[in-house]
Amino acid sequence: MPEAPKVAVSFAVNGEPRTVDAYPMARLLDVLRQELRLTGTKEGCGEGECGACSVLINGELVNSCLVPVAQVEGCKITTIEGISGETLRAVQEAFVECGAAQCGICTPGMVLAAVTLIERHSAQPTEDDIRNGLAGNLCRCTGYMRIFEAVLQACEKSVGAGA
Amino acid sequence: MAMQSDSMPDRFIGKSIPRKEGREKVAGRATYVDDITMPDMLHGVTVRSPFARGRLRGIRFAQGIPWDEFTIVTAKDIPGKHCVALILDDQPCLADQAVNHAEEPVVLLAHADPYLLEEARRAVELDIEPLPPVFTIDDSLARKQVIWGGDNIFKTYLVESGDVESAWSRADLIVEGEYETGAQEQLYIEPQGMIAAYDAEEGLTVWGSMQCPFYIHRALMTLLNLPVNQVQVIQTETGGGFGGKEEYPSMIAGHAALLAWKSGKPVKIVYDRMEDMAATTKRHPSRTRHRTALTREGTLLAMDIEFVVDGGAYATLSPVVLSRGTIHAAGPYFCPNVRIRSKAVATNFPPHGAFRGFGAPQSIFALERQMDQAAKALGLAPEEFRRRNFVKKGETLAVGQVVREKIDMAALMERALELSDHHAKRHRFAEENPRREVKKGIGLASFLHGAGFTGSGERYMASLVGAEATPEGQVRVLAASTEMGQGTTTVFSQIAAEALGVDYDLIEIVQPDTAVVPNSGPTVASRTCMVVGKLVESAVLGIRQQLLSSSLLPDKYTSEQFRQACRKFIERHGALKSTSEYSAPAGIHWDDEKYRGDAYGAYAWAVYVAEVSVDMTTYEIRVDDFVAVQEVGRVINPVLATGQIEGGVAQGVGFALYENVVWQEGRMVNSQMTNYIMPTSADLPRIRVFFEEVPYAHGPGGAKGIGELPIDGPAPAIVNAIENAIGVSIKRIPVTPEVLMEALESVHA
Amino acid sequence: MRSYLPAYDMRVPLELDEALETMAREPGEWKPFAGGTDLMVLLEQGKLADRKFLSVVRLKGLRGFALTDDHVTLGAMITYRQVQTTAILQQEFPLLCRAAYETGGIATQNRGTLGGNIANASPAADSPPALLVYDAELELVSASRTRWVPYAGFHLGYKKMDLRPEEVIRNIRLPRTKKNWRQYYRKVGTRRAQAISKVCFAGAALVEHGEIGDVRIALGSVAPTVLRCRKTEALLRGPLTPELIRAAGDELVREIQPIDDFRSTARYRTRVAQKLLEEFLLGLITPPVGEPA
Repeated sequence: MPEAPKVAVSFAVNGEPRTVDAYPMARLLDVLRQELRLTGTKEGCGEGECGACSVLINGELVNSCLVPVAQVEGCKITTIEGISGETLRAVQEAFVECGAAQCGICTPGMVLAAVTLIERHSAQPTEDDIRNGLAGNLCRCTGYMRIFEAVLQACEKSVGAGA
Repeated sequence: MAMQSDSMPDRFIGKSIPRKEGREKVAGRATYVDDITMPDMLHGVTVRSPFARGRLRGIRFAQGIPWDEFTIVTAKDIPGKHCVALILDDQPCLADQAVNHAEEPVVLLAHADPYLLEEARRAVELDIEPLPPVFTIDDSLARKQVIWGGDNIFKTYLVESGDVESAWSRADLIVEGEYETGAQEQLYIEPQGMIAAYDAEEGLTVWGSMQCPFYIHRALMTLLNLPVNQVQVIQTETGGGFGGKEEYPSMIAGHAALLAWKSGKPVKIVYDRMEDMAATTKRHPSRTRHRTALTREGTLLAMDIEFVVDGGAYATLSPVVLSRGTIHAAGPYFCPNVRIRSKAVATNFPPHGAFRGFGAPQSIFALERQMDQAAKALGLAPEEFRRRNFVKKGETLAVGQVVREKIDMAALMERALELSDHHAKRHRFAEENPRREVKKGIGLASFLHGAGFTGSGERYMASLVGAEATPEGQVRVLAASTEMGQGTTTVFSQIAAEALGVDYDLIEIVQPDTAVVPNSGPTVASRTCMVVGKLVESAVLGIRQQLLSSSLLPDKYTSEQFRQACRKFIERHGALKSTSEYSAPAGIHWDDEKYRGDAYGAYAWAVYVAEVSVDMTTYEIRVDDFVAVQEVGRVINPVLATGQIEGGVAQGVGFALYENVVWQEGRMVNSQMTNYIMPTSADLPRIRVFFEEVPYAHGPGGAKGIGELPIDGPAPAIVNAIENAIGVSIKRIPVTPEVLMEALESVHA
Repeated sequence: MRSYLPAYDMRVPLELDEALETMAREPGEWKPFAGGTDLMVLLEQGKLADRKFLSVVRLKGLRGFALTDDHVTLGAMITYRQVQTTAILQQEFPLLCRAAYETGGIATQNRGTLGGNIANASPAADSPPALLVYDAELELVSASRTRWVPYAGFHLGYKKMDLRPEEVIRNIRLPRTKKNWRQYYRKVGTRRAQAISKVCFAGAALVEHGEIGDVRIALGSVAPTVLRCRKTEALLRGPLTPELIRAAGDELVREIQPIDDFRSTARYRTRVAQKLLEEFLLGLITPPVGEPA
């Protein structure tokens, strides 16, 4: 069968410039996990439903299983391994304290989604804001209650919008 | 309960100690099987039958693929016994001459290039002559086709108390009902996966996502004809199981092992979501028929229950699922005459298997719906009817088990009704509903769940737990119980630290590895905390006892003194180890033949209340509030225990309203997360959890098992609430809006 | 990953002209690829028939924005998230914002685009009914020409549209004519969030002195394409009586062609479509607080 060659794609991952040689339509998820050995981002469904593969591209939450690597040329990608800051620390502390992670497979995506949610809200989000804001991250273990509690707690503790 | 001093308050038990592996998980550093690669590793895939039943006449490998680069395994290659060893050993690891369900594995392929591998998978043609399949319980019972054994029946049970037949003529009222539940997919977010490596000298090593390392160990010994010490099974961080990784992993491990054995290289098989959903086990669909004799005083006179589960094409765990469903079928009530006749039957669906609750959610759904129908027929409120029939201490359950626990179901129910504002809401809804497009209702379910293996199961299992001290004074706990999110590692650490009176950080829970840990049994049946946790306690106490006996440890000691004592003991004696073996508590008697006696060492008891909205424009149902009250012996870790209940309730909400397996010709066609609907955070209510504690003498700290309990109650509570809201009695789940619409329209027709 | 990845190619042109030239040179060979939220699912499942793609999602030429007294013009690559945060859309095109809010979750909304959604032509898409109600127009460009078409005529049949192989949707233009219309949008999905619609209803009506002067009704998931219900619209003039509402409901049932699929049933879709129409119309009779009857 006719084959398209691999291409070089350059982008920043967690602050570091990287260039990979990959099939242009290789999923960003696979490039991160296999080429770059950043296995913190997980595959749960391969169809953009579960959010376990969430990463940030130029600061925006996306499902990396739906992004062809050719499209991230020149982009800034942040994974669970590279995210940092006050909000993140508050979220991670709260997740551990409140029991928001059980089996942990949804947790990296959930943490990223929580961080972006908090940073997007100028005021303290309500439980409903959180409930709806995290609807793109599926968790089968927790029933979400501990996750909401953790995010509320992290909001109170973190500096606020733009932290 | 052994403690350093009875008068000292608990340092760890009852405290929300943070999850031991929590930091790794929130940082994305926990290692799941698909995160692992090995040098020279191949990927493996499975070619599966498209037909539900047929004769396998041949396998063709189409042109265009460099087949000589591939490792190919079929049934002919299997060196040992051609089965996935479990209970009846009837399930082939790879189909040989016949296929009995869609997605049945036939050919295994391995190659280093995962994309070429997929091309190759498509290029394998199975020559199958279709045979007429069986897809319903009725067709299976009718034996239109005999597809398993001589009569399509995996197992039957008969439980009898009193004399049901004599009761009908004495009854003031007889109520009948038939209830059905559908298949439910476990939907752990981490799909099934295994890595296997084989070396002629070292033997076979398997790493993967699993609940029961020793089930896999036994299955691999059997499949590859290897001795005990030539098979090593290691659990990797497991992203959810819920029963879905109880028995199925033996199949995928067997596949990876065969490819590794044949290729001489490590092989990784990880399913994508479509394959995982379509090919692996699901909750057994069920049909329950109730015939209930009532007195006009509102008491149960007789319960005649027929409970049938659809086991799919092979037995897997159907006999045990049936057992638990049977024993739970008459619930937390006293009834002098009970007959439960149950069957597990074969159909040509992919085999159904373990899923949290394991038969009880099915039979309890039917029972709790039936109890509401009984109340209605008597003109009693649902809670009043239950109040008049709850079993009390000293009375017997349907299997003849005398309730020895100090349980007061009426009080538990009262608390649940109060917390949910049940009476006021029911009254208000009744008043307001006629004026509203969105009708509200409130309903309840009362139930119990036995912890540990049924009957003599724990005795047969003879679980072992080990403990050993390191020269640095760490205490390592060796058990086969797996952490899959429910908190095993943390709870074991709490129990051990409490028993020894040392710092929590001194305790290390060893990664389950069959070469290292003894067989403490599978991580199932709500047994991990109650049964295995108790053995953890006694195993570590065995360490302490040796230190005390050797005079290296004073009666009262600090953590540091404990460390030093371990160090000295090991210097002197080389090692400090202890093993604890399960022994059944005295006074527990179970008759396997008559199926009577003490079915479980302990039960957790619960009353759940659901508040729903039914939108009469779209027929959508929403759970607005959920109260879960349960008596559990002792809450070892409040945050973890609450999380278990909340998660189980969420799965129960899915079972009741959203999760529908759509079958076509015996295949699941909605095998994607887009089309198999699991509740998102936006679909679930606040779940409010409350515990009561009546300590169980034989559980660590007094704890009973709670892992499965929470999934038993939500479905009947919700469907009872729907009936309260709109006056329509629905008898099968899931109650999708389409189902609700049809039910409403047939009432008005 | 069920597709043979080496067989797929994607190029990332830097300018729209470059993309259009490639498409003109080899018509039908290169397909525009936007946010990927639909096409990547097909790729994963081994069902992506096309093999060569041009990534257009970041082309400046497709990310324009223009506001005049009469129109809002949105570049086709506007994401759902951007739709929700664009002030003029919040003010005058709330149904489009609502549709964007209901499409997938945050991660999907950050990547999915209106243009991609239109070109994917799913009958269950959430934004198209709103676009129909707003009388949207599409600008279709190729290397050699530009043309504007009413969106209402764009979908010709299931996954068939008035888009030539060398053309790309450049802009979506919304006339600012519905400002004072009463507007309604309701999506009935398989669950509250992240759901594919089973029935989707968008409606807008010009109500003057208690009578309907003009109306738009569009539905998703009840036909092979998103559907503008012109016959039902034609009935809805004048005072809104119970008889008129009933007649409109009957006409709607005749106009839609829902099917059974593994998500829902034709009967359910029909019944709920009727009820949503009723809810829309009854909402017109009782004016919201503060508005004149």
